[in-house]
Amino acid sequence: MSEFKVNKTFAEINAKIRQGTAVVVTAEEMIGATKEYGPVEAARKVDVVTTGTFGIMCSSGAFLNFGHTKPRMRASKVFINDVEAYAGIAAVDCYIGVTQTREDDPLNKVFPGRFRYGGGHVIEDLVAGREVLLQTSSYGTDCYPNRSYEAKMTLKDFPDAVLLNPRNCYQNYNCAVNLSKKTIYTYMGILRPDCMNANFSTSGQLSPLLNDPLYRTIGIGTRIFLGGGIGYVIGAGTQHNPNVKRSKNGVVMGGAGTISVRGDMKGMSPKYLRGASLTGYGCSLNVGIGIPIPILNEEMARFTSVSDDEIMVPVVDYGVSYPSGEPSPPLGYVTYGQLRNGEIDVDGKKIPTSPLSSYAAAREIAETLKDWIKSGEFLLGEPQDRLPSAKFEGFED
Amino acid sequence: MASRNVLLIFKSNIMYKPVIYRLARDFDLIFNILEAKILPRREGRILLELRGDDETIEKGIKFLQDHQVVVELLADKVWREDDLCVHCGACTGLCPTEALSLSRPELKVLFDVQKCVACGMCGLVCPFGAMKDVTLFDPFAEGRAEEK
Repeated sequence: MSEFKVNKTFAEINAKIRQGTAVVVTAEEMIGATKEYGPVEAARKVDVVTTGTFGIMCSSGAFLNFGHTKPRMRASKVFINDVEAYAGIAAVDCYIGVTQTREDDPLNKVFPGRFRYGGGHVIEDLVAGREVLLQTSSYGTDCYPNRSYEAKMTLKDFPDAVLLNPRNCYQNYNCAVNLSKKTIYTYMGILRPDCMNANFSTSGQLSPLLNDPLYRTIGIGTRIFLGGGIGYVIGAGTQHNPNVKRSKNGVVMGGAGTISVRGDMKGMSPKYLRGASLTGYGCSLNVGIGIPIPILNEEMARFTSVSDDEIMVPVVDYGVSYPSGEPSPPLGYVTYGQLRNGEIDVDGKKIPTSPLSSYAAAREIAETLKDWIKSGEFLLGEPQDRLPSAKFEGFED
Repeated sequence: MASRNVLLIFKSNIMYKPVIYRLARDFDLIFNILEAKILPRREGRILLELRGDDETIEKGIKFLQDHQVVVELLADKVWREDDLCVHCGACTGLCPTEALSLSRPELKVLFDVQKCVACGMCGLVCPFGAMKDVTLFDPFAEGRAEEK
C-alpha cells in the first residue's frame, strides 16, 4: 500500500528509544549520512534527527498563577518588576508578554531607545531563580475583598508558571537590507543605509520546520526541547501559512509555517530563555527550541538532509518596502550557505551579512536533544492532528 | 611593525598644548586619530592608533605621560562579558575593524580587543548588553572607568 521502501511508526521508534537502541543524529550530521548511504539506506539506519534554533522570538510569553492571597483578591492590574502583565483572565492568573516594556521606559523618545528591560527579561529572571517584585491592584468584591497586594517572589513561589508562545520557530525568514538613506533600527537589527549590511535569522539546515517542510511529523502533541526544558507543540502558530512559494525540494522560499508551543517554566533554564533588547525597536525574548523528527521513511530522510545551500532566502528592503506594507517582490534570493559565508551579492554589490540567531546555540540544542533521546528519557510525541500543509509532488528522482 | 590603540586624556591644564606632533617628529611614530573630542575648559580625549616598533611606541607613550597626558590602552578598557554573549553574531556585520568576527566552523563570536577602536556599534546592537565600555565618549562610561 505504501509507496515507500522504508516504513517505520512512532511506536516502533519509541520502542527502540526505550531499549536504548535508537539511532539519533543531528540535522547537520544527517546531511552527510544521506549523502553517504542514499535516502533509503539512511532511513533504515537513522531513527530520529534532532534540530535546534535559538533566536529572538516575539509572540512569546508566560501564564503565571501567583497564588491566592489573604484576604483573597481578584487582581485587575498586575505588574512584575514594573512590567505589566495582562490580568483579565481570572483572580490570580496573568499573562506576561515578552515585548511588554517597563512602565517608566523612555521608549523611543530619545531615539534610538535601548529598551533595557521588558517581559522577556522578567521571564529570564524567573527561570534564573532571581527574585521579582509582584504588584497587583483591584477594585474589590464581596468574595475577593483585597484591593492591593505586593510581594517579592521567585519562580518556586508561583503555583503555576507556563511558557505559552502563540507563534515561534518561523519556518524560514527574510534577509533584511536597507535601501533608504539613513540607518534604521529594526527587529532585524541595525541596518545601515544604501544596502551596506544584511541581517538574517533562523538556523537554516538545523532549523526545525525547515527539516520537516510539509509538517509530516511535527503536529499537535509533538514533544520538544523548549527553553532548556520539555514542551509541546500545541498547534499551528499565528500567521502560519503553508502556501508560500516552495523550491523543488519542498522547502519554503520565505517565512511560512509557524508553531505554538507550551511548556512548564519550572524545568527551563536562563541559558535558553534570554531577555533581549533591540535598540530602537523594543524588548523580546531569545527562545531555544529543538524538535525531534522521526525518520518514518526515505522521504523524511531526504527532507532532514536539506543543507544551507539548498534553502532559499528572500532579500527584503526594510528601509521603504517592508514598513509600507505594500506587497512587492523580494530584491532577490540568496541561500543560507551564502549568508553564513559572511557576504552576499545584491544587484552586483557585495555586502557583509550577520546572523541574528545563534547557530552555535542551535547546535548545542540539537546535541542536547540527541543525548536526551539516546538516554531513553525523551520519547517522541505522536501528533494528534496535523498542521495545515501544502501539496508536494514528491522528489523528482 | 606594531600597532596599538590608545586613549589619551588631556586634563584642562594641558589640553591646549601641542604634543601629538612630536610623536612623529621626535619618535618617528605613525599616528592615526580615530576619534577626538574636546570639552572646553574641562578635558580633551583622543583615540589614537600608534604604529611603529614596540620599543618606540613605549618611548612615545612615556613621552606623553611625562607631559601629563593620561594614556590608557584601549585593550584594557573595552571588554566583553562572556557569560552574556550567546554567539548570535549580530555585532559582526557592523564592526568596522573586524575586531568581532565569527569563527569557522564553530560559528562562535571572537573578540580581538587589539583591533577594537571603541566605535560603540556593538554596544548598540548587542541584544544582551554583552559589550562593555565600548564608547569612550559616553559620560557614563567615563564615570565607570574612573571607579575602577
